[in-house]
Formats: sequence, structure tokens, C-alpha cells
Amino acid sequence: MAERRVLKALVLAGAMSLAGIGGPSRAADAAPASDNPEREARVMALAAELRCLVCQNQTIADSHAGLAEDLRRQIREMLAQGMSERQILDYMTERYGDFVLYRPPFKASTALLWAGPALLMVGALGGLALVLRRRQRLGDEAFDPDVPEEQETSADVPNR
Amino acid sequence: MNRFLWPLGLFLVLAGFLAVGLKLDPREVPSPLVGKPAPAFTAAALAQPERRLSKDDLKGKVWLLNVWASWCAACRDEHPLLVDFARRGLVPVYGLNYKDKREDGLGWLQKFGNPYTDSLFDPDGRIGIDYGVYGVPETFVIDRDGIIRYKHIGAITPQVLRDKIEPLLRQLNG
Repeated sequence: MAERRVLKALVLAGAMSLAGIGGPSRAADAAPASDNPEREARVMALAAELRCLVCQNQTIADSHAGLAEDLRRQIREMLAQGMSERQILDYMTERYGDFVLYRPPFKASTALLWAGPALLMVGALGGLALVLRRRQRLGDEAFDPDVPEEQETSADVPNR
Repeated sequence: MNRFLWPLGLFLVLAGFLAVGLKLDPREVPSPLVGKPAPAFTAAALAQPERRLSKDDLKGKVWLLNVWASWCAACRDEHPLLVDFARRGLVPVYGLNYKDKREDGLGWLQKFGNPYTDSLFDPDGRIGIDYGVYGVPETFVIDRDGIIRYKHIGAITPQVLRDKIEPLLRQLNG
């Protein structure tokens, strides 16, 4: 029973990855070509900034979910009414929270998200500096001399 | 010794993060609407297209808004619970029939029972967008002043009803 389920999951995963090959090129076909290609470009640019909450790792521009289509329509209508990009992003944030933004604002709840990579980098560099300084204080005898190749006779010489 | 403790420590920290991550549900995004006034709406009633319903009609009442659709499988899971809840008459339950066809919605209610005092008809999902709906079913608790006090995403369970929604309703009705 359990094996069958695993097998099923594997087959499904395989099928999905196969289906994915043709995926990205079809991404934009759901957007009806409006009479205004310039506006359509703005719609898609904005849609690419917004996360689709149904399929969370896709943008609204990429997603075929019904909600993503509705939200693209909403963006299109708001642009037609002369609203700015900023106003539309605010409209979306009011309803769906910062989570819809692929570039969330910097605030207390997102501080770790933004500063995390820099903090990790600082930590790693600090660790490296510590190790290097400790090694500097060691005498030459603490390091293994390079073994000349001809002396490496058998493979069973222990590494250390 | 230290050489072996380091990887072990790292592993434990990583495992700790992953364990917490396993318990989080990425589908549950905190709604920015909780604590804010429920968005205004005017919609046709599902049963009678000519009758309009608006948020102001519900002023002064504590009520539940349940977003549902006939195509939504999870809605069927929670449905018996809602029917039972409505029968107890604690607060009125209003439905938002989301991106559905009128006859499908009405047929669904006839088949499985109708817990709703009224259902709003939202065929193109515009009211849904205003309420930040992204996963049907969703359930909102709205107080007398029209403020959203709680939002549940996904099918409600007996636990959620007993531990979260009912205590809140009692407090709001207080």
C-alpha cells in the first residue's frame, strides 16, 4: 500500500516535470490582448511584482489560477482608470497583506528577511578571520609537510 | 572532540528550524483585514437576482460570512458543520457564492442543505478580491460595528468552531 503510494507520487512528479518543460513560454497567453499594448505591458510588469496566493511560488503574471486572472483584470481596469502603480500595489497589500509583494517593505517583521544574508556573510567572514588568526599563531610544525609523490607508495597510509 | 561537536550543533540548529517549518502552514497568510472594517459591498441575492443586499443591511448584527462555491470540494467537508451551526441560531450565517453559476450554487444548496440566511452572488469574484479571498472556503466573523474580528482560511473544523469562533461570538454578543 505504502509502496504504491510512493510509486504514484513518483509518476506524478515525473509527469509534472515533463509538463513543466513547455510551461514558461505559455505563461502570458491568458492575458487577453487589449487594444492598448503599452498598457498591457504595464499590467504584466505589475503582475510580475505580485505573488499569486493560490500557487504561492508563482507571480500573478505567470499563474493560470482563476484568482490570478481576476487580479490581472483588476490591475488592467485600475490602470485604465488612471491609477498609479503605487496605488495598485497599495490596493493589493490592503487586501492580501505584504505577502503578495515579491519585494516586501522593510519593517520589524521583515527585518530578518532583508538583513539575514548580510548577517550570515558577516558571521562567515568573522569565523574565517578567527580561524586564520588562530592558525597564524601556530608554529610550522603544526602543519603537515607536503608528501613527495614518489613516497606515496601504498593507499593504506592513514590521512592523519 | 570539538571537531565532532560543531557539525552536531549545526545539525541540531538546522533540524530545529526545519521542525518548526514543518508545523507552519504556508497557506495561512495572516489577513491584513482582521481588525479593519469589512469592505462594503452590494450584491444580488443568490436566490433572487432582483433583490440587492449590502453591508449596511447587516449593521448592528454579529454575523458570519462564509465564502463558498459549488465547485469547491473543501466546502462540502465543512458544510454539515455549518448547517448544524446555523440550526443552533447563535448568529446569522451569510454566504458569499464565489465565482459560481447561479443554478449550480442553488442546486448545491438544495442537495446539501442551506445554512445561509442569505447568499450573496459574486460570479466574477470582485467581492472576493475586496475580502482578500484566495482559498475557498473562507469564514469571517464580523461584529456589530462591521469590523472583521476573525478570519479562517480553509474548511472550518469542529475544533476551530468550538475553540475560536464560538467563544469569540459569545464575547461579541456579550
